[in-house]
Amino acid sequence: MVKKILAQCYIWLILLLMYLPILVLIAFSFTTATNVGEWTGFSFDLYTALFKDEEIMRALGNTVLIALISATVSTLLGTTGAIGAYYHKRRVRRTIEMVTQIQMVNAEIVIALSLTVMFVFLGTYIFKANIFSFWTLLIGHVTLSLPFVYTSVKPKLEQMDPSLYEAAIDLGATPRRALTRVVVPEIMPGILSGFLLAITLSLDDFIVTAFTRGSGLLSGEQTIETLSTLVQAKIKKGPIPTEMRALTTIIFLIVIVVVILVTIYQRQRDKKTRKPGLSRGAS
Amino acid sequence: MKSKSEKEAKKARKAREKKASAFHFSRRNLCIPYWVFLILFVIIPVIIVIFYAFTDENGYFSFAALVNFFTTWSKINVLIVSLFIALQTTIICLLIGYPLAYFLANKKFNKNTVLITLFIAPMWINFVLRTGATRDLLTWMGINGGNFPYLATMIGMVYNYLPFVILPLYTTMLNLDHSQIEAASDLGANPFQVFTRNIIPQTMPGIGSAFLMTFMPSMSSYVISDTLSEGKITLFGNYIYLDFTNNAWNDGSFMALIMLVLVGLSMLLTRNRNNDKQERGGSGLW
Repeated sequence: MVKKILAQCYIWLILLLMYLPILVLIAFSFTTATNVGEWTGFSFDLYTALFKDEEIMRALGNTVLIALISATVSTLLGTTGAIGAYYHKRRVRRTIEMVTQIQMVNAEIVIALSLTVMFVFLGTYIFKANIFSFWTLLIGHVTLSLPFVYTSVKPKLEQMDPSLYEAAIDLGATPRRALTRVVVPEIMPGILSGFLLAITLSLDDFIVTAFTRGSGLLSGEQTIETLSTLVQAKIKKGPIPTEMRALTTIIFLIVIVVVILVTIYQRQRDKKTRKPGLSRGAS
Repeated sequence: MKSKSEKEAKKARKAREKKASAFHFSRRNLCIPYWVFLILFVIIPVIIVIFYAFTDENGYFSFAALVNFFTTWSKINVLIVSLFIALQTTIICLLIGYPLAYFLANKKFNKNTVLITLFIAPMWINFVLRTGATRDLLTWMGINGGNFPYLATMIGMVYNYLPFVILPLYTTMLNLDHSQIEAASDLGANPFQVFTRNIIPQTMPGIGSAFLMTFMPSMSSYVISDTLSEGKITLFGNYIYLDFTNNAWNDGSFMALIMLVLVGLSMLLTRNRNNDKQERGGSGLW
């Protein structure tokens, strides 16, 4: 019992420490002082200022757009890739998987630099122009998240009963139909988790964005700013901009709501399937 | 007239058939776009990086970057500092994260499955924003980059990479064979022996992927060291970023190549232990 209390204390202590910077930021989002640690009276001014700040709103829009687009593209590519590789010859599958694994472990900055060097190369020798744009940014984000989609779909394919597909074919389905009606629904959890993972990676990314971005999206003629690059540019010069503190609070609330919803969903599903102790997330 | 239209119809049918056979649907062919994408945006860029690493600004073959790297003390220094900080981050994260994952996964200590989600949740708040928050808090506490660049960077690193250690460890701990542990203690092993001879070998795959997910990223991180040390600590990531802003592609490519070699080495190191069964946190995240 004492051991259990100590273990719980440890867990909660680390949890508190991990959330401390964010919690402090949230606490100071209700005051307008420039620096964290100064309290100049309670107010919601930062929240109204946040929604009036065009720069932040534009960056936020860009971030969400690029996340959704790149996650969709990499989910499509990654899922079809995983299905194709699964039914392919062993040698082909091995090669594909090796490249995928290397890319997953690969440092973000190496991915970013190699893409950038290629774009510079193409720009100087082939297109004779600066080719950095929304498209290069999209390629960068897809390259980053693609292997993760592949690896979250692959285990679902392996768990699937292979006779399901054959049964569908025997019952008269065309291969295409069997794939979309039987295989895809079977591996749907993997596809969904791959999509969510791709979104997370894209939302969080700084390096690849900073290297491969050009002009486009909501920024129009200017270089695309996402939340990461904007915050980075600001914190290089000084403390986090005050409006960003309000933004952190909002993001935090959204995350907490998502966590609660996921937990409720899991509890209900556990009850349905009656698998006690199923606690491995939604996968 | 009639014959002409017949001919045309025949031609069209032939073309259609040809098209159908060329695009004949096969499950295997689904991987073609994926493979093409990997070749275009993973393999070819790496080849171009190798090309740039061994040429000079005019495109001529040269070992300048290589010679420059091994003769310039500041560059070697970057490598040593990066390796050192990355190793330290990994070890501290493992020391904190290992017992944590054990407690979280063990029903004796914890029955609340929401907790693990709470440990991963900070990852959904923008990473740069989190790093900025850490910096501001540390500045408030008096540990700013000006005074303690090293300490501040380490705190930022551990703070950021801890979830990446907890997650793979947690997934392997869930599958821990408890009867083996009991058998070990029944057969007379003391708690320390049980831990080193049984629990650690059982969780080795988790430690391997935790290492992969922490060591390389922390070595090549840019934002954390740049923000928290106020530019006083230069890691591989910072160096390559500097090359990028200066358009020094040859030098940057060579540094990236070194990074790539290190990635390959660390993969080989962990590969044997994982028996090809890469239990990456990525797939267990959701």
